[in-house]
Amino acid sequence: MGSTSSTLLKIPNVEVLMQETGFSPAHIIRLHDRFKALDKEGRGHLCPQDFGAIKELAMNPIGDRIIGAFFSPGKETVDFHTFVKILAHFRPVDKDRPKEPNSPEPINSRSNKLKFAFQLYDQDKDGKISRDELLKVLRSMLGMQVTEEQLESIADRTIQEADLDRDEAISFEEFRKSLEKVNIDHKMSIRFLR
Amino acid sequence: MYMSPFTFLMCVICIASLGYGANVMAFEPTSTSPSKLPPWSQVEDTDPDPDPGETTQAVFTLNYPRIQIPFEITLWVLLASFAKIGFHVYHKITVWVPESCLLISIGLIVGGIMHSLHEKPPAVLTSNVFFLYMLPPIVLDSGYFMPTRPFFENFGTVLWFAVVGTLWNSIGIGISLFAICQIEVFGVKDITLQENFLFASIISAVEPVAVLTVFEDISVHEQLYIVVFGECLFNDAVTVVLYNLFNHVAALEVVEAGDVFLDIGRFFVVGLGGTIFGALFGFVTAFTTRFTGKVREIEPLIIFLYSYLAYLIAELLDISSIMAIVICALTMKYYVEENVSQRSCTTIRHVIKMVGSVSETLIFFFLGVVTITTEHEWNWGYILFALLFALLWRGLGILVLTQIINPFRTIPFNFKDQFGLAYGGLRGAVSFALAFTLPDSIGRKNLFITGTIVVIIFTVFIQGITIRPLLKLMNVRKTNRNQETINDEIHKRLMEHTVAGIEDLCGQWSHYYWKDKFMKFNNRILRKILIHDNHPESSIVALYKKLELQNAMEVLDQMSGDISAAPSLISLQYVSSTSRPVLLFSEVFETV
Repeated sequence: MGSTSSTLLKIPNVEVLMQETGFSPAHIIRLHDRFKALDKEGRGHLCPQDFGAIKELAMNPIGDRIIGAFFSPGKETVDFHTFVKILAHFRPVDKDRPKEPNSPEPINSRSNKLKFAFQLYDQDKDGKISRDELLKVLRSMLGMQVTEEQLESIADRTIQEADLDRDEAISFEEFRKSLEKVNIDHKMSIRFLR
Repeated sequence: MYMSPFTFLMCVICIASLGYGANVMAFEPTSTSPSKLPPWSQVEDTDPDPDPGETTQAVFTLNYPRIQIPFEITLWVLLASFAKIGFHVYHKITVWVPESCLLISIGLIVGGIMHSLHEKPPAVLTSNVFFLYMLPPIVLDSGYFMPTRPFFENFGTVLWFAVVGTLWNSIGIGISLFAICQIEVFGVKDITLQENFLFASIISAVEPVAVLTVFEDISVHEQLYIVVFGECLFNDAVTVVLYNLFNHVAALEVVEAGDVFLDIGRFFVVGLGGTIFGALFGFVTAFTTRFTGKVREIEPLIIFLYSYLAYLIAELLDISSIMAIVICALTMKYYVEENVSQRSCTTIRHVIKMVGSVSETLIFFFLGVVTITTEHEWNWGYILFALLFALLWRGLGILVLTQIINPFRTIPFNFKDQFGLAYGGLRGAVSFALAFTLPDSIGRKNLFITGTIVVIIFTVFIQGITIRPLLKLMNVRKTNRNQETINDEIHKRLMEHTVAGIEDLCGQWSHYYWKDKFMKFNNRILRKILIHDNHPESSIVALYKKLELQNAMEVLDQMSGDISAAPSLISLQYVSSTSRPVLLFSEVFETV
């Protein structure tokens, strides 16, 4: 592989990318290599089939939702920038960053991580997790093990626990509130992306 | 009925005196320390068969020697239990003073009484009694109740602190003490380097009981809890290995480099061997419980026998028995709790806790007694420096090791955590037993025993009592886990799947990958073999059932105990649709 600086130069707008995501040059290069490895036909962007080719991801209960998270509505392809930006959600939180008043919230903030998780439920993007959407997720995660009645009871209970304004759906604020005691930084971070 | 603690203490002392006023020479000293015979010898046998010439039938006979041994054991255990009960009568004490302190104090008092009556404590604390009878229950207790999930998540850290930390401590203290020995003034020049290492390894073993109770009380966050817990457990194994190693080495006249390498290799064999052995036994136990459906009464027995067997056979093969029994307990717990009945499950847990607790209590008690009654050899310089170095090296060790391992952790340890870790390094039972059972060939054995006792008493009393206010003052990170909700569980599961998926995407594996792989292997193969009635149940469903059960119990409780006044659960089912869905009555019982 070429030297660090030459590889970096090949990637367009790499400075902006590093600024926005907080990844170090070494990480960018590693991700770029991975991107190229996934992009088997060398088109410079990824399509759903490229993701589907990853065996373990295909076996993941919510694999299709994860793949879906990379593609913004309407777009059929993922370029390197989007790829890296989505992955930036999983960087461990930098505790020592000074809080500049005007800078936008970093991609790997707790709130953004929660938003990412939320959108995995909320496939129709209406800002709420309806009972059906919850049922679909439960079904994919629990699969063969439970009966439909049990799934429905569990879904009902879940909504009941979290739903504060009694609209039979979980909004993002309710979602965030129900998870306030959980250490999201720990659960939604990947160590080697630091 | 409220009993003032002072009155209680008087009762305890009276019982103790009674027990020892009777007759004491309990066991023939099979131990290494020669003990002086008490002024009087055993009570004369009362003759069970009267001489042929005698015609009077004795109406009331006393045959003490026959029951002597079980009687004295029972008395000691009873005494220790009374002590335990007594502490909790006066609630405030246990909040400020850890139980181990109180036990040692009572032991000191009893020891004082015995000393004034010129009696010897029963020479029970031989190497065999300790290692074969008293240590296994304690270790089984720790192993069985270890929370598995956080443990495996922090496995690397735990092992790091346990193994490298203990090595660091032993070697550091050993070398520093050897340096001190060289100074003529203290008069301990005759202690060799090996003997110093031996002593150092004894006083590096930390003990969790007191610290964990404090941590639980102030709800310190899990990471700290599990690291302290795990470290203590594994460093027992490491200490025992080091102890045997240095013991062996201390006996040699000349130590060659080849010997050292062999010993290091042996260390790995011992550790890994113990682990593999334990896992094996764990699986065998799980497999056996698959077939005990019809003989529920012996289920707990099987668990205990297998665990103990694992321990004994590991001892036979001279591999780490502590690791064996801990890993055995860890492995089998998951499968066994699915196979055995609810009652057996409760019995197992209860008995393990009980026996472990008794064992621990007895050891601290003995510590107190022995402190007064042994011949001590005091040497200001050596002992004080030993104490100093023990504290110093632990603090340094934690600092350095944390710096090295923090980059590898998702939640790094901050300075407060490190303080908690370092300050929470109390010494206890294992150190005491190891010191007490040193072979006589060590010239300065009494000095070592005294030194160990001083370190233990200092850490248990001073650190044990002050750790709670200090941690509270420093406002160590608290745990987040207060109440389980189904939301938590579902969302956490989703997040785990997400992270696993992203890891696959990035092409790099982390512990989620291994966990996932293991769970698949588990579900596909292990569960089929080891579990009797294989209904793989997601933890989400299990949690849901548990919460519903709790709610049902709460509803019944609300009726202030009069269960017949409670609305029947079936009728609750027909209440309006916006209310919480309730399990059918029969379903509730099915989960029990």
